[in-house]
Amino acid sequence: MSSWPSAQEAKVLGKRVTRLSGVDKVTGRAKYTYDIRLPGLLYGKILRCPYASAKILSVDTSKAEALPGVRAVVVVDENKTCRFVGDEVAAVAATSTDIAEDAIRLIEVEYDIGNYVVDEQTSMKPGAPKVHEDRENVRPGGVNEQGSIDDAFAEAAVTLEATYSTQVQTHMCLETHGHVVEWDGESMTVWASTQAVFGVRGSLADHFELPADQVRVITEHMGGGFGSKFGPGVEGVLAARLAKEAEAPVKLMLDRKEEFLAVGNRPSAIAEIRAAASKDGRLLAMDMKTYGTGGASGGAGFPLPYVYTVNNRRRQHSDVFINAGNARAMRAPGHPQASFIMESMMDELAYELGMDPLEFRRRNDPNEVRQGQYTVGAREIGWHRRNRNPREMKGTLRRGIGMGCGLWGGGGGKGTQARCTIHSDGTVEVVTGTQDLGTGIRTAIAIVAAEGLGLAPEQIHVRIGDSQPGLPSGGSGGSTTTASVTPVIKTAVDKARVQLLQWVAEEMEVEATALTVGDGKIFLADDLSRNLSWKEATSLLGTDMIVTEGEWDSNLRQSGVAGVQFAEVEVDLQTGQIQPIRIVAVQDCGLVVNRLTAESQVYSGVIQGLSWALLEDRIMDPSTGLMINPDMEYYKVTGSLDMPDIQVIMYDTHRKVTGLGEPPVIPTAGAIANAVFNATGLRFRSIPITPDKVLTAYKEANA
Amino acid sequence: MNRYGLKEKIELRINHATHHIEVDVRDTLLDALRDQLGLTGTKRGCDMGECGACTVLMDGKPINSCMLLAVDVMGRNIMTIEGLAQDELHPIQQAFVENGAVQCGFCTPGMILTAKAFLDHCSNPTDDDVRQAISGNLCRCTGYRKIVEAILDAASRLRRGKRHV
Ligand code: FES
Ligand code: FES
Repeated sequence: MSSWPSAQEAKVLGKRVTRLSGVDKVTGRAKYTYDIRLPGLLYGKILRCPYASAKILSVDTSKAEALPGVRAVVVVDENKTCRFVGDEVAAVAATSTDIAEDAIRLIEVEYDIGNYVVDEQTSMKPGAPKVHEDRENVRPGGVNEQGSIDDAFAEAAVTLEATYSTQVQTHMCLETHGHVVEWDGESMTVWASTQAVFGVRGSLADHFELPADQVRVITEHMGGGFGSKFGPGVEGVLAARLAKEAEAPVKLMLDRKEEFLAVGNRPSAIAEIRAAASKDGRLLAMDMKTYGTGGASGGAGFPLPYVYTVNNRRRQHSDVFINAGNARAMRAPGHPQASFIMESMMDELAYELGMDPLEFRRRNDPNEVRQGQYTVGAREIGWHRRNRNPREMKGTLRRGIGMGCGLWGGGGGKGTQARCTIHSDGTVEVVTGTQDLGTGIRTAIAIVAAEGLGLAPEQIHVRIGDSQPGLPSGGSGGSTTTASVTPVIKTAVDKARVQLLQWVAEEMEVEATALTVGDGKIFLADDLSRNLSWKEATSLLGTDMIVTEGEWDSNLRQSGVAGVQFAEVEVDLQTGQIQPIRIVAVQDCGLVVNRLTAESQVYSGVIQGLSWALLEDRIMDPSTGLMINPDMEYYKVTGSLDMPDIQVIMYDTHRKVTGLGEPPVIPTAGAIANAVFNATGLRFRSIPITPDKVLTAYKEANA
Repeated sequence: MNRYGLKEKIELRINHATHHIEVDVRDTLLDALRDQLGLTGTKRGCDMGECGACTVLMDGKPINSCMLLAVDVMGRNIMTIEGLAQDELHPIQQAFVENGAVQCGFCTPGMILTAKAFLDHCSNPTDDDVRQAISGNLCRCTGYRKIVEAILDAASRLRRGKRHV
């Protein structure tokens, strides 16, 4: 059983370390999939269905094939039924993107256009157009029941009946989805913008019925995934088919519109809730009917009740299908939805009870970490400054304070293999098959290795993002990367150090256990003047080298993180604009490997949560079935001007690694909506809270 | 007339070097930079003038290179991210690395060049000035805070640097 060094012992672990790939990224040298150039490279483009529901009757590619410069045309499936605008029909590879686009326009497709439905409410109505011929639009789950709802309501001091909803959000990674594929006989090399190098390898090997080692997947750098880039998707398979057919490498990157339409989103969530609380502030019961849409075939699950103890509860959830792009995992799948719904409800109950909303949460929250975080967060935001009577506020500009909570797992798991090699020239190489989405795992690996060998992180050569060495690692999702990968790195490095110390012990004629590493040297622990430099030590290896592999050690990591956020907003009742002023994010994070990148994750989560709460929305037009804002202008996301003052508080509770990428996105929306209520007395049960909603609600309240 | 595939020979001045290339008349400056000249540091995020990832400097001003046709920029001086660092990193690049302003890095070259053009004219900016200056550049990862801090830090490095010369 291994353990991490204490905060006092640690030299680089937990410090602020700039990322290893930083220089490559600021100079433009970092190569993303989009940047791969190969001799004879062709450019791919996908023809997508322009209708929300259409059966393909025939596809004629002859004119496209005849266009000079076109080298391959493939059809997804001649008998496909397209179920959303943007569904893949065919693809072309040509000598330039322009020609590929020209060729796409020359493909003649005959469709049998069907009826469609693009919103949950209509889809659930009897007689609604069916998204799938062989299935109902609503996939109902069973009823989950615990305790006695009726008894609980009978003893309740306050009850609430409300419907909360959250909208569809899209990932909007700055680098679009895409692949570059090059075949060599029956083997292929794939550069993929992916968060799962080995996942893409496995899927493509399956699809083309190849042994996995005949598919090499490389992701040196990638421009964001947020859950949408776990597999090759239809687009990756098409790229590989085109490359095979053309017998030339093909680059197929999606354009921005395709991103919005076809490669994932966070499903919507709607919850019709009856809730009851007792006079002394206990949440007694929740009766819930929930549903949501993950598009044409995606699920839309989310946890509820969330965070707080509810002994009496009943829930029935349904997934609703509509003619729109499918959901994919998105940063903390299900949790931001659950948090917004639950936190809004908690807030409403607290006000109904006339109880401090924070106190009401304290009484129902079984989590000790969060109990501590409440105190810290409330102090930092100045919780005492909140409005006691939100409905009586006056003036055009109104400020208020609200809060929200979250939880996540992030404990990682087995399945990563890693190798540490110490060469006689002093080079240390650490290799594993994980990938860096931008979170900074490359640097985290270097930190862990450097700590174990007494070196600086820059001295470690980290090789990741390539399946070729055959050292698998899981996809970077569920905030599992750090907790899955770093324990394996640590055990590999520890073994390598032990071996090196043996060599040094023989040379110095001391016991290996008497030696220690640090500052690029190997010391005799109780006589620091007796030491060898790292290079002197490794040169003892001569023609040998030290090669070790690590194992995952569950004792080095922990699952389960809690987070609390407090928000202060200013609402302009003349324009309907909500300006977040300040957000305090208190985030449980276990052992921080790199404080610089860990903080970045929290800022990032808060901004995405804010963006979802106030701006982002996939808007579907019921009369045409089109998404009407598939671009970065009308699909609004936070820009630099929307950014509030954000205070990040790393709440380290133990010295085991835990994932941090997702949890900070969870509490933000609830905290903001509750702050808006505290400012104005207007309750928004549906996000995004856009200016039109604010103005309408204000007008109604004053009518 | 079908203008598909119509080509034109042009001369581009990029990072103080002159390039003679043949482009499709529909090619944007971004296409020419990335696909013809291999200057892939300039990123393509939307191709519609919305994200700023493709920002380059034209005669010192930041522009979205996806919004200009390559044939229209003849005679102009273009600077891409590859032309910014001389022997060592430019202070803005250094500040981005040290302040942790880079995550996935896809928005970074555009951000840095926008910051460069801005700091060329404003040596002592406030937090708000910086936020205004980069408001046309989207970042999905960082939450902007560390980017703003990096640019403020770069401004002070540049001021210090100036005093020495
Ligand atoms: S690629 Fe030019 S602005 Fe987005
Ligand atoms: S760092 Fe990823 S988009 Fe800015």
